Amino acid sequence: MTDAPGHLLIVDDNKVNRLLLSRSVELLGHQASVAENGRVAMEMLSNQPFDLILLDIEMPEMDGFQVLEAIKSDTDLRDLPVIVTSSVEGLDNVVRCIELGAEDYLPKPVNKTLLSARVSSGLEKKRLRDEQKRLLERFATTEVAQDLQESGFSIGGKRANASVLFCDIRGFTTLSENLAPEETIDLLNSFYTLMFEAVTSNGGIVSLMLGDGLMALFGVPQSLSNSAQSAVAAGHEMHSMIEMLNLERRAEGKGSLKIGIGIATGEVVAGYAGTDNRATYTCIGSTVNLAARLEAETQKTGSRILVDQETFDLLEEANALETFGGKKIKGFSDPFDIHAL
Amino acid sequence: MTDSPIDHAIFMELKDATGADFAAELVNTFLDEAPSMISELKAAAGKADADRYRRAAHSIKSNANTFGATALAELARKVELGETPEAGDIKDAIAMEAALNSAATALRSLIDD
Repeated sequence: MTDAPGHLLIVDDNKVNRLLLSRSVELLGHQASVAENGRVAMEMLSNQPFDLILLDIEMPEMDGFQVLEAIKSDTDLRDLPVIVTSSVEGLDNVVRCIELGAEDYLPKPVNKTLLSARVSSGLEKKRLRDEQKRLLERFATTEVAQDLQESGFSIGGKRANASVLFCDIRGFTTLSENLAPEETIDLLNSFYTLMFEAVTSNGGIVSLMLGDGLMALFGVPQSLSNSAQSAVAAGHEMHSMIEMLNLERRAEGKGSLKIGIGIATGEVVAGYAGTDNRATYTCIGSTVNLAARLEAETQKTGSRILVDQETFDLLEEANALETFGGKKIKGFSDPFDIHAL
Repeated sequence: MTDSPIDHAIFMELKDATGADFAAELVNTFLDEAPSMISELKAAAGKADADRYRRAAHSIKSNANTFGATALAELARKVELGETPEAGDIKDAIAMEAALNSAATALRSLIDD
């Protein structure tokens, strides 16, 4: 395996060890910086990014155990792989390093083949963790992403109560037929930017983007005090943003956009789905289907936002513009009471 | 090789892995640093400062292992794991200094080759 070069921080109070480890790491094609004790290392870590740490244990001022504790309690640093390189005596000390979150332990003098393998694997872990973070941040706000990281989000599915919002541009296909391809993409980019803002500012995440529409989740993965209220607030914000966009478009002599929004609340199964290389946080369940149907229904009723009964019941100020009682929804045997907001 | 204070196989491995010039530079760094490690050991023994004493011995052990100075490493390891001597008892420190001196002579001749 050839890895991309990494920037390693070597922390050791002994000059011979620092020189030797730097040389070994550089011979592996990586970049090395050195710190002569834990305190200096922590300062360096707060000033610049590193990909991996090679950490000695016995050091004056701040020893390796203290460095491990400091790194693991810092949300910005906790994912940084640490390989302890020490000639410290006693298995209990090695165990303590691992318990404190060290990735690995290499006894000194460090064997070059083992060092190469451990550094490769450490850098690969760092790369995967960074990738995971980026993936997460693409679909959620920094706050949500950080929250998930802190709570140690799980890849597996779970049952949860959530509100699901579908939003779609009405008649986009017709609209885009009169547009140049660049203009179509520009328009979609503006649309998504505005819609993402409305979703994330209300604590939701955009789970799917579907051509000219999107699916957003409220209440998962981050729980919200009232997911229905947040989803509806986001829905209203989406409409105001589209109105602002339309003002600009009309001033430029362009046609207006119209969107429809469907929101349903209930139990969903939420989790990461996809393959190892490409996964997205998503939800499935009848609540999701219902939200999608309600969005489709807005085309028939001409409503701005349609919500199901469960969402409506949770709203603090429930003023329905119109209520459609006993509405038959495609794919569901029982009729629903739905509300236009 | 029992008569040499340096295990040549270990030293050659270091030389092969890092390059002859670098190995020589590393030896010189060690020879520069070693006297202060011994002084540190003696100072810690003088005050019966257990942490400093252990740490100084640990540092010498670590470097001795790097260069294949097995006798020095073994002595340093015993000191690291042993009881802290009474304040002023520098018997072990002096024994380590002697082991270091013979290791240093052998290392110097190895890099002059």
